[in-house]
Amino acid sequence: MRVRRGAAGWTGLGAVAVVAALAVLPYVVYANVTNLLIDVFILLVLASMWNLLAGYAGLISVGQQAFVGVGAYTVLFLAQGGVNPFLAIPAAAVVCAAVAVPTSLLVFRLRAEYFAIGTWVVAEVFQLVVVRFASLGGGTGSALPGLAGLDPALRQAFTYWATLVVVVASLLGVYLLLRSRLGLDLTAIRDDEIGARSVGVRTGRAKRVVYLAAAAGCGAGGALLIVSQLNVQPAAIFSVRWSAYMIFATVIGGVGFIEGPIVGVVVFFALQQALADQGAWYLILLGCVAIGMALWVPQGLWGLVSGRFDLRVFPVGYWVHFDPQGAMARVGRLRRLLRGREG
Amino acid sequence: MEVRDLTVRHGQLQALTAVSLRVDAGETLAIIGANGAGKSTLLRTIAGLHAPAAGAILLEGREVTGLAPHRRVAAGIVLVPEGRRMFPSLTVEENLLVGAHRARSGGWGLARVLELFPWMAERRRQLTAQLSGGEQQAVAIGRALMANPRVLLLDEVSLGLAPAVVRRLYDLLPELLRAGVTVLLVEQDVGHALRVADRAQCLLEGRTTLEGRPADLTAAQVEAAYFGLAAHTAAGGEEPWSG
Amino acid sequence: MVWVNALVQGLLLGGLYALFACGLSLMFGVMRVVNLAHGDLAVLAAYLALPLIAVLHLPVLVAALLVTPAFALIGYGVQRTVIQRSLDVGPLTTLLVMFGLAIVIQNGLLQALSANSRSLDVGTLASASFRVNGQVSVGYLSMLIFAVAIVVLLALQALLSLTAVGRRIRAAADDQEAASIVGTDTRHVFGIAAALAFGTIALAGLAFGMYSSFDPSIGPQRLIFAFEAVVIGGLGSLWGTLAGGMVLGVAQTLGAQVDPSFGVLAGHLVFLAVLAFRPSGLIPARVT
Repeated sequence: MRVRRGAAGWTGLGAVAVVAALAVLPYVVYANVTNLLIDVFILLVLASMWNLLAGYAGLISVGQQAFVGVGAYTVLFLAQGGVNPFLAIPAAAVVCAAVAVPTSLLVFRLRAEYFAIGTWVVAEVFQLVVVRFASLGGGTGSALPGLAGLDPALRQAFTYWATLVVVVASLLGVYLLLRSRLGLDLTAIRDDEIGARSVGVRTGRAKRVVYLAAAAGCGAGGALLIVSQLNVQPAAIFSVRWSAYMIFATVIGGVGFIEGPIVGVVVFFALQQALADQGAWYLILLGCVAIGMALWVPQGLWGLVSGRFDLRVFPVGYWVHFDPQGAMARVGRLRRLLRGREG
Repeated sequence: MEVRDLTVRHGQLQALTAVSLRVDAGETLAIIGANGAGKSTLLRTIAGLHAPAAGAILLEGREVTGLAPHRRVAAGIVLVPEGRRMFPSLTVEENLLVGAHRARSGGWGLARVLELFPWMAERRRQLTAQLSGGEQQAVAIGRALMANPRVLLLDEVSLGLAPAVVRRLYDLLPELLRAGVTVLLVEQDVGHALRVADRAQCLLEGRTTLEGRPADLTAAQVEAAYFGLAAHTAAGGEEPWSG
Repeated sequence: MVWVNALVQGLLLGGLYALFACGLSLMFGVMRVVNLAHGDLAVLAAYLALPLIAVLHLPVLVAALLVTPAFALIGYGVQRTVIQRSLDVGPLTTLLVMFGLAIVIQNGLLQALSANSRSLDVGTLASASFRVNGQVSVGYLSMLIFAVAIVVLLALQALLSLTAVGRRIRAAADDQEAASIVGTDTRHVFGIAAALAFGTIALAGLAFGMYSSFDPSIGPQRLIFAFEAVVIGGLGSLWGTLAGGMVLGVAQTLGAQVDPSFGVLAGHLVFLAVLAFRPSGLIPARVT
């Protein structure tokens, strides 16, 4: 038997081509398309992070907006201090990961079923703390300084490229994480947590790492949001709506597949554009679809398709190939060896 | 009651393959076999906790295969599960009363169960978590009796209990049988099982390997069926099983 | 003395929070379902009562007597269909489904009605109070709500401990499989538990609507208060939920005494402190 990891060859080439095509887009399409793509990519980052938490670490969080908000406000804070907002984006991710450390110590004390509301409480607390700082705009929010001098078209292009970099980095990060040792641990936890612990997988540590990574990713998403919107309002940035968007998109697309959030985000925006004039109806409809999917198609759209056609864009996971010829040959050699020893 | 060609799967594992049995009213059938032979799965499927992949379960000619567990209780099939499965936050009396919810009409009631187990009357308000293993097993049997079962399924009542306790429990069995209850019991302890049973059936890896009256079965036959080895007779011939 | 007043208000507020939290506690204790739609359902109940009170001019008591059983029926239906199905699919599915429900209710209310703040008019009861002494006054409404909370908790406790239905609920909560093989229809019993929970949600929603104002987006905050009351008090005990509610209420009112905008945050901080130092709550369950 040989254990083989999935080959990344052709997928890698395809991915590079797609990214290159996307990078050129601002030169080719209208501004409103670029704007839409910025929103799409940001949601893709957020959804991928939620998918990492829920699909691979089994942690259902409805409080990731905590880090979306902290990311945005970190950029605001640094921009007020004179730092270029684009450069503040990676800083926001790091700050969020740092904030997630003490946060994880608290929320992980909750039993699994209450973890979700715990994360929601954390988000509310962050919001309540942030609005106390008048320098950050208090309850009404603040505009983002530092980009005023930039030509709008150029600013939009830079925002687009920054978003593209972040989304590629996020997907790549998730992909590499899952192909790593940690990814194997996570799959073991997903299949049977107690069994995994009994063979030495450090489940607590694995989950914590994932929680920190997801916080960083959501922080980057929040940073991109403030850069693309040029202002931030606490009620909006810390709103549970971000969780709703992440969760609905991922559940519809397929939890536990890297491709899931991609499919889900596409469906999300298709519906949003189709129902653009109807206020919040698209969200209600998405919610109902997500509920329906969770109940009847828990593997999501991608899970449905990939199961039927055995498709895989991102090769993660291991396949065991049973190789009878090779196995028999090895058994024969072993027999001869043992007989030789006895003889 | 009759079970026809029952096939049950646990995920990818086939727990039972085309198992059939038949037990007549008032009879006691013992199902014996080693760990993992499928005995508990058989009882649990009869009680309605597993859906069979194939086969049928009939009670007095009427098919019950599709019924939910609580409806089977109403029909008269009651399981005393492996491991007793007491309700920890309920008292002894409350455990018994829950069993009476879907009771058929009949002779068993709270008074009669307390008669059967005299020690229960004083301890009826204690939480079952405070009882010993044997006492819990008694409450479990009492709880099942409260429903006035036609067919009583006993799953490994001797598990984890001291031999003296087990003997006392099995001494109770004749009293139940006198009341006309049909008993299907699963046991690893072959001795007790064959002593009280009218007929026995041995399972190995989900298949029936032996059936018959205990008096007609030899020790060697039972051993072979239990472990699945080719039967080897000891020098000096065979003796019938004498428990 | 003003602190004593705040303390008293906080304790009475605790009654409201306890009434609100017992539904959450019940659904989790019996079915292991964390009802993320809990807060939004309470808001929905208030919105259902609104036309009865504002348009039909029914007295609040009558409105409560109409909305509460209706909500209980809704609860039974939701449990037997949506929640049961999600429990069958997997442990985490229920969280997702309830969250989806919460968002749908919230946005549904937002679309159908305005985002304006409303409140249930109880006439003079809203502001009537009696003075205990110089600085401490107790509102009649707060006392009434506290009394209702105690009655509801007592009734629930009695139902669970003394009746046959309550026995079956506890049995199914302890061991669903064992309950089914002794003849309990666990799906039906779970439906009853959900009906009870939804009934208390309706009462709590109406109480909130009388006590303060409500709007479509206030659901999550209410859910969080209920959750904090349950965790502070300790899981598995209805009286623990009362204790938790009172601790939370006092934290909020004392915090608000320090600084009006600090009240809610103070409650959160107490919750986090309990979580950090005594995660099992103040009154841990008798039996897990």
